[in-house]
Amino acid sequence: MMQIDLSVQHVLKRFGDFTAVNDISFDVESGRFFSILGPSGCGKTTLLRMIAGLAELDSGRIEIRGKDMAGISPNRRPVNLIFQNLALFPMMDVGANIAFGLQRRGESKSGIREKVSAILDRVDLAGFESKRIDQLSGGQKQRVAIARCLVLEPAVLLLDEPLGALDLKLREQMKVELKKLQAKVGTTFVYITHDQSEALVMSDYVAVMNHGEFEQIDTPQNLYSRPQTPFVAQFVGDNNAWSGTIRNCEGTVGEIETDDGFHFRSELHQPLPVGAAVDLFLRPESMLIQPDPSLPDLNRFEVVVRSTLFDGANSRLLVHPVNAETELLVALPQTHQYDYIQKDDTIEIGWATPSGICFPK
Amino acid sequence: MDKNGMHDRLRWGLLLFLTPVFLWLVLLIVLPQIDLLIMSFRVESGYGDSSWSLYNYRQFFEEPIYWLTFVRTAVYSVLVTFLTFVVALPVAFYITKVVHPRFQGFLTVLLLLPFWVSELVRVYGWMILLRESGVINHFLLRMGLLQQPVEMLYQDATMIMGLVYTSMLFMVVPLISALESLDNSLIEAAYDLGANMGSILYKIIIPHATPGIVSGSIVVFMLTLGNYLTPNLMGGKNSLWFTEQIYNQFIASFNWNQGSAFGFLLLFLSSVIVWLGLKLTRQNLRKVVQ
Repeated sequence: MMQIDLSVQHVLKRFGDFTAVNDISFDVESGRFFSILGPSGCGKTTLLRMIAGLAELDSGRIEIRGKDMAGISPNRRPVNLIFQNLALFPMMDVGANIAFGLQRRGESKSGIREKVSAILDRVDLAGFESKRIDQLSGGQKQRVAIARCLVLEPAVLLLDEPLGALDLKLREQMKVELKKLQAKVGTTFVYITHDQSEALVMSDYVAVMNHGEFEQIDTPQNLYSRPQTPFVAQFVGDNNAWSGTIRNCEGTVGEIETDDGFHFRSELHQPLPVGAAVDLFLRPESMLIQPDPSLPDLNRFEVVVRSTLFDGANSRLLVHPVNAETELLVALPQTHQYDYIQKDDTIEIGWATPSGICFPK
Repeated sequence: MDKNGMHDRLRWGLLLFLTPVFLWLVLLIVLPQIDLLIMSFRVESGYGDSSWSLYNYRQFFEEPIYWLTFVRTAVYSVLVTFLTFVVALPVAFYITKVVHPRFQGFLTVLLLLPFWVSELVRVYGWMILLRESGVINHFLLRMGLLQQPVEMLYQDATMIMGLVYTSMLFMVVPLISALESLDNSLIEAAYDLGANMGSILYKIIIPHATPGIVSGSIVVFMLTLGNYLTPNLMGGKNSLWFTEQIYNQFIASFNWNQGSAFGFLLLFLSSVIVWLGLKLTRQNLRKVVQ
């Protein structure tokens, strides 16, 4: 049993009539990279600010390393927050920014100097002490903000979408760096983001948040392959959605008649009665283009290609079934095997029973 | 040819607009100042003829009453500037950071409101409140806190209070604009990193607001130094302000030469004090007036 660094129990926060955080509970084990993923306005920033102590809870309890944080002001909590805009102090140089927290603790000058240079070394910015903040690049600012918090050796480091302001290339790079840094220092990270790729790439565990509630807390792999709610299925990764009715059930496999008239066989992850209305989700990469006729047990149907959405390794075909208007996304592997496919071609699509994800309406 | 014509027209247009401004500056400000400057370097003999002399300036340094009045005025002006800053900073902080944005404009207008009334009327208002038979004394007597009415007017403390009240706005407005540009997350980040209210004030808020503080201080200092009405009405006979010395020379002694010398000394010495203040806070004027 690992030590629990952060424990959030039944936390509730209202702004007037609006419930920003609705009875959320979760634990984060020591040394984990925990992400909270949700669309903007889902309450994730409020939750993070309550952990940091910058917002009051209406009810519930927050414990850090087993200690109740009620009534403890932000400057006395063993957590530090990296702000969305980083909030580096422009009136101080890099060294003074990092030394700020240590000075507030009244540490000795020589001790501070040593710690500052050690942490700058750790984030690959050795010798940057006397640089001004406006002389740094976006990625360097990022690392200074992280160093400024890590030098205080917090129990939990909170990160509020710190990569949001960076351009795409740098963001991809920082994702990997941040993950490596976390593994190196071993500090517990709680990271909030609306970018699913950030959450999936970096985290040990991800909580998907919507309308102030957690929909699912799971590993990134499980979130993707076994979403527990329709929201998670649609928010994490791309999905094609059908609505339909269960017509027949054999064990765990159900026969679903979709509203546009298809009959599909799909795995049901929970027992559902015949006649129940369901949402059926299917990942773009679960659909095979022109499947081999010898493959058994595939749901097969014909579609018309509307256009090719080329995006390197993430390329897709936008198609619609021959006699329906539903738009579907189909993954298009860039192996030159499917280069012959043109706009308005009719092709066969197939998907295997276990790929379907089914939820009752 | 066409280009030249265009150029000419532009130049004439510029001349047309600048002439009134130029005339205004030269005829009403520069020329009288030059005349006063010349006058300050001349002395008149009893027979009505005058000659060049530094006598008026020597008077200032040789007669202790003159330079002591100036030192007193300068020290009190610095004190008033500092007190105004101490009073104005929490007000500006409250308006920009604490109160709901919806009420910001309302509070700022509330702050401006007293300044729609002339300074004279405001000072008389204070006098009605503070004099021996005034409102405050009346209530204190009624409540039994005082046996005898106390004269609150005509004391240095009262005068300084009046001067702080008069200058408040000129400190609050630059402070509001300086604090508005301060990102709230900087305050929160400092708090999160372990700072208390005191270190947030000294390490984050004041360094950020320094240009606003300096520009507000210059305005308040100059206005206080050059104030005539408030020290004259609230200060009483013992608290002589340097502007009253200048007034006395011009109006009471009818010694225009001495008066203009004092005027230029005030201008010069106050500029030196402001320059010193800028040097001490390591600010430069260009940054401050932006």
